[in-house]
Amino acid sequence: MQNAMIIDSRDNVIVAIEPIAKGDTVTWMCDGKENTLAALQDITIYHKIACRDIAKGMPVIKYGEHIGIAVADIKAGEHVHIHNVEGHRENLEAKVK
Amino acid sequence: MNFYGYRRPDGRVGVRNMVLILPASVCASDTARIISSQVVGSVTFNNQLGCSQVASDQQYTMDVMAGYAANPNVYGTVVVSLGCENCQMDLVVKAIEERTNKPLKQVIIQEAGGTIKAAEIAVRYAKEMVEEASLLQKEEFPMSELIIGTECGGSDPTSGLAANVLIGELSDRIVAEGGTSILSETTEFIGAEHILASRAATPEVRDRIFEIVHRYEKALQLVGEEVREGNPSPGNKAGGITTLEEKSLGCIHKGGHTPVMEVYDYAKQVEAKKGLVIMDTPGNDPSSVAGMVAGGAQIVVFSTGRGTPTGNPIAPVIKITGNKLTYAKMSDNIDVDASPIIYGGELKKLGDDFLKLTAEVASGRKTKAESLGFTEMAIARVCNFV
Repeated sequence: MQNAMIIDSRDNVIVAIEPIAKGDTVTWMCDGKENTLAALQDITIYHKIACRDIAKGMPVIKYGEHIGIAVADIKAGEHVHIHNVEGHRENLEAKVK
Repeated sequence: MNFYGYRRPDGRVGVRNMVLILPASVCASDTARIISSQVVGSVTFNNQLGCSQVASDQQYTMDVMAGYAANPNVYGTVVVSLGCENCQMDLVVKAIEERTNKPLKQVIIQEAGGTIKAAEIAVRYAKEMVEEASLLQKEEFPMSELIIGTECGGSDPTSGLAANVLIGELSDRIVAEGGTSILSETTEFIGAEHILASRAATPEVRDRIFEIVHRYEKALQLVGEEVREGNPSPGNKAGGITTLEEKSLGCIHKGGHTPVMEVYDYAKQVEAKKGLVIMDTPGNDPSSVAGMVAGGAQIVVFSTGRGTPTGNPIAPVIKITGNKLTYAKMSDNIDVDASPIIYGGELKKLGDDFLKLTAEVASGRKTKAESLGFTEMAIARVCNFV
């Protein structure tokens, strides 16, 4: 059963669309392909799960964009939220011609 | 697609037909409430400002008052002032007359001789106006006459996944019909402003998008504060939104996919038939909605994840959520369930239904916020909300 979704194929987090318990298989579709991983923690519905390992200091990506910086090493399957991510102001003007 | 509305003498089209009892300051607000309670068909709100403000702060208040009186949902306005406030009656009347030529009456409490004498005069003015308003017959108008204000409040991750996506679909359709859609909440562009800027119709609009975002951040830093204090809110975080950037990237979906044609300052008059535009408003819902309604929005579409009751005194507010649990829990407050978008529903079909509902609300169908009688609102400040 699909219990998570990815918004953009560049994202390193997925979103739980059902409540997920530790040990559950997390299933989501990306570019027509089914992907799975094991949840390492309980995940509240609509919260984020790392779908790849994210090293401390690396950007957390959702909507294909940076939503913040990992302030701890995050393993695929872990809950991604305020305990391991902080917002980070970037100069976005440089991204637009 | 068409709707049935009210033609105003200034050429604009209203979707409601009410008489506004407009308190020029906090000191006139309770008298305005007493007046409005005597006149069925009138509406008022609690104006907490109107006096003792610095000039730029007072300008926001003046623009909201003038814009409310000019909003085409209003047939005519009775301004009630105390008499000694900074927002003097002649200034308020002048600001209104710069925007519209609709019926306008004025009562000054100190000159009338107190609340009861002022109320007697104002109730008679308002009753006459309600009678005149009731003679108006609705006429059929194209959807291009609509200015739609878009808002999100009490957001959670479903706002960016579904509710704001559906609002964006509506925005695209209103623009395609030739109307105007307003994207608001400058604090919730932060971290996503480059996406909006890349959709700017002109270099000037692109520069203005960056300008309003940077101005907002700097204004808060001037008083030693950061926009991130308080935004995302505790409820946003409990729902699963981690950072302001994440909230913003969900928020801007309300603007759909069309070019950004213009950037308006808070509560300034928005042009009809303009396409997608931005208004520089706070993230705080009642004050952001007030800015867009003052700009001329006849209808507001408002997404929520956590669930919120917010309405507006003069514009119907259509509530929409992408959170299936919130819709089940708060359907007394929420008009539209957008959660099927997350679970495989077809956006086009949901968009068809939402556009139809918008046309029905424009023609008089009551939203849940209206049927509950909500009139709460706030006005932006120079030391602004986040």
